Amino acid sequence: METFFQFFIVFALQAAGIYAVAASGLVVTYATSGVFNFAHGAIGMFCAFSYWELSQNRGWPSWIALVVVLFVEAPLIGLVLDRVIMRRLADASTITTIVVTIGLLVAFVQLAGMIWPQGSTTRVLPEFFVGDTVKVFGINVSYHAVIVLITAILVAVVLRVLLYETRLGVAMRAVVDNRELGALNGVHPDRISSVSWMLGSMLAALAGVLIAPILPQFTPVALTLLVISAYAAAMVGRLRSLPLTFLGAVILGEFESLLNWIDTKGIGGHTVADVANDLQTSAPVILLFVVLILLPQDRVAGRSSRRYNAPTPSLRTMAMAMVAYVAGAYVIAQSGWVSKTTVDQLGVGIALGIVMLSLVLLTGYGGQVSLAQPGFAGIGALVVWKMGPVGGLVAGVVICAAVGVLVALPALKMRDLYLALSTMAFALFLETNIYGENALFKQFLPFSVGNASVRRIPGLEGDTAFFMVMAVAFALIVLLLTVIRNGSFGRRLQAMRDSPSACVTLGLDLTATKLQAFGLAAAIAGLGGALLAMWKETSVGVADFSLLKGPLPGLPLVLVAVVFGITTAFGAVIGGPVFVLLPLIGTWYPALENIMNLAPGLAGIGLGQNPDGAVGQVAESFARDEPSADHPPPPPRVPVVPERVGAAGRPTAEEIRELDDVLGLSWGRCETKAAPR
Amino acid sequence: MSEPLLELQEVTVRFGGHVAVDSVDLSVDPGTITGLIGPNGAGKTTTFNVITGLQAPTTGHLHFGGKDITRARAHRRAQAGIGRTFQRLEVFGSLTARENVLVGVELRRRWGRRAKPTPVALALLAETGLIQPSSGPEVLGGILAREETDALLDLVGISHVANTRADELPTGLARLVELARALATRPRLLLLDEPASGQDESETEAFAQLLVRLAGTGMGILLVEHDVPLVMQLCSKVCVLDFGSVLATGTPAEVQADKAVIDAYLGAEPVSAEAIEHLDAGA
Ligand SMILES: Nc1ncnc2c1ncn2[C@@H]1O[C@H](COP(=O)(O)OP(=O)(O)O)[C@@H](O)[C@H]1O
Ligand SMILES: [Mg+2]
Repeated sequence: METFFQFFIVFALQAAGIYAVAASGLVVTYATSGVFNFAHGAIGMFCAFSYWELSQNRGWPSWIALVVVLFVEAPLIGLVLDRVIMRRLADASTITTIVVTIGLLVAFVQLAGMIWPQGSTTRVLPEFFVGDTVKVFGINVSYHAVIVLITAILVAVVLRVLLYETRLGVAMRAVVDNRELGALNGVHPDRISSVSWMLGSMLAALAGVLIAPILPQFTPVALTLLVISAYAAAMVGRLRSLPLTFLGAVILGEFESLLNWIDTKGIGGHTVADVANDLQTSAPVILLFVVLILLPQDRVAGRSSRRYNAPTPSLRTMAMAMVAYVAGAYVIAQSGWVSKTTVDQLGVGIALGIVMLSLVLLTGYGGQVSLAQPGFAGIGALVVWKMGPVGGLVAGVVICAAVGVLVALPALKMRDLYLALSTMAFALFLETNIYGENALFKQFLPFSVGNASVRRIPGLEGDTAFFMVMAVAFALIVLLLTVIRNGSFGRRLQAMRDSPSACVTLGLDLTATKLQAFGLAAAIAGLGGALLAMWKETSVGVADFSLLKGPLPGLPLVLVAVVFGITTAFGAVIGGPVFVLLPLIGTWYPALENIMNLAPGLAGIGLGQNPDGAVGQVAESFARDEPSADHPPPPPRVPVVPERVGAAGRPTAEEIRELDDVLGLSWGRCETKAAPR
Repeated sequence: MSEPLLELQEVTVRFGGHVAVDSVDLSVDPGTITGLIGPNGAGKTTTFNVITGLQAPTTGHLHFGGKDITRARAHRRAQAGIGRTFQRLEVFGSLTARENVLVGVELRRRWGRRAKPTPVALALLAETGLIQPSSGPEVLGGILAREETDALLDLVGISHVANTRADELPTGLARLVELARALATRPRLLLLDEPASGQDESETEAFAQLLVRLAGTGMGILLVEHDVPLVMQLCSKVCVLDFGSVLATGTPAEVQADKAVIDAYLGAEPVSAEAIEHLDAGA
């Protein structure tokens, strides 16, 4: 009884309280700006580290440090983000907002790693009133747990009052779908946006400070990934209902405690307990995935899709470019002009370039977002390691295609944001429970600790030979993509990206087409991963394919791919090498090290300005047509106004309330309240 | 004509508590143009979505070519011969006008590989000038996808913008791209959602002639259009929707004389374009 209380009340609710605080911040910013902030956890992490810096490293009194972090630093971060970045995303496509906020996430993690270098010291952030406990029903409960619970309740009350009893709050709820609507209440939309981002940052900071002491590791990545718990809880609330978000937080807390309970008590014997133990860290990911699958898909999911302006090079041009590429690779590998370390790194770049190419097909042509491509690369590597070079290469590609299709199945109806979240959840699950630290299959242990040895293809073992194998593989895939792009499958993919509903009415089976795209892209990524493993030969492992950990993490890889342009294969030609050379440049010129590490994140953030990617833009500036006299610029399109909402003239109070119900940040499902004047 | 090409029986669509389509009965005969009119928000587009399978009806049944298609998936209905255009443009913006149509042609060639061409398909191809009116199905094998595409562009009169990106086209032309793209599937039933909005007077005139030619191939056409004189001129039958339910169905003359229709939609005076616009804005 005693431990039961501890597991399911004390531990579970303590965790739930923190998740609820974090998740409500996410919901507030999403509901008011339409931007899902992937960097929410990273902001919390950064603030928690700042708090550690002030209170532990500099010895400030805890409460002063806390006030400074929560009420000065966090709002300031929110304000700057809003002014500099978020406001420009008002009309951006969902894909752009995803990339920009992931860029922010990566930048914060890198920044924290620079300010508080990892490895040398282990930092500890003590609990509030560490050691002090109160007795509840005869059980000792830490002050920290009590504080967390009180904080969560306070946050709930404050948000409720803010959103329902103040003019600003009512305007915030109204601004959700229509900026002018918010302005009706006499509150400027910009102010609403600033306030919500400041509030969101404060809630992130609060969650970060509360959770840091009870985490096993106090590292930027560990803390940042806690945001997955917030994602999961917020998804239970469908990104708009705060009570359901709190409920989601409780479900997650209880689920974790259940796994912990099974593990600790050895329920169901060794095997079950072990599995429960391994799965504990993945509880948020599992919940997120399940909720995303069960969640009815929103009809208001998509934002205006972006314009794609990629050049379409002919196969001839591409073939010539690829001959030059392979020749260049030969010179680099053979001539000795380039040091061995650089060649090693460039080889990695080619392999990762292949992973990037998979995004060209899936996202660039097909408009399907996937953050799981680094994970598929990991599967490819795992398979060549297990099955040997030749058979493994074939099997790896086939297995990846199959897994790609399997992952896509539940995701078929999802639009951009949900797709990004579910593929991210899948990749995180892979790197934790399939080939990572808590691998469910113990035979993958060498891979999960990063010392697997992989053999290269017999007869092509030499460094030069294998370098050329990769270069040729890359070139062939570029050509394959060009053929696809200029052929009927490519047209179908782009048609699907531009208008799924029109495609259906032409008799296109969306399901089959999406599955084909996912499968093929996963196969390409798997090939890239397998080649990467073979190129490295030794110490291959999860760190090479993780989303955030390791020297060349997957999320920055995706960012660089997108930034260099995923609407054409040219992006990956440059993107792959640039990605791997960034850290290398840092070692050559230590003065540049920091900026090199930050580069992918910053570039991702910069995408808000240039959604077509660098290569696309350069190419376009060459190819731009002069507007000719007989083709005057087209007249503006009929604006797309949601017909239900304020289609004619000024929206009425009734409509605001209705809007609030349909789209808004609602407290209770059916509750409506007149806007105070 | 023994049986209608398309038949809706008591189709109802609810969005939450809101009834967008209320027990609608509607039929379209082959080779005729049927008008579907009503103020904004009357449920016309939703009816189209139900027919094409983009929206499941809450209750009711649909028959197409004598078969119950109530449960058929959207792409299957397209393959069975239902084509449409969209009120809110759904062109493939990053593709050229020609590629837009080519996608349709290529898709039809994939799923329609083994199907025998319908009489409507043959008549449509004859209309484009690709085949002789007298020729049988055997000549179809020789037609290339590109030829068929160009013939369709020519038929709807947008060859001059074939290489322009669809999202750079003015609305009127973009609507014609959608029409050509829908024709690429060689539909037996064509649903047009406000196809003439965005077109000027001479364009509308050409468009009306095109519709008559298309109906001449045996194609059934269901036309949603705010240009009431145009609808009355083209259609052999008109159905008036208001608040989701059918106010009246009949010949243009019958509908124009209908008391309920005059009160709710047409107004007492002869219908002017401004009056309709006014009604739209107020709806
Ligand atoms: N997906 C939807 N969800 C909720 N309401 C909808 C949806 N689609 C249409 N409606 C509503 O159904 C009614 C009919 O809309 P619609 O069929 O577009 O009318 P029309 O095409 O005749 O102008 C409108 O009130 C519209 O707001
Ligand atoms: Mg409509």
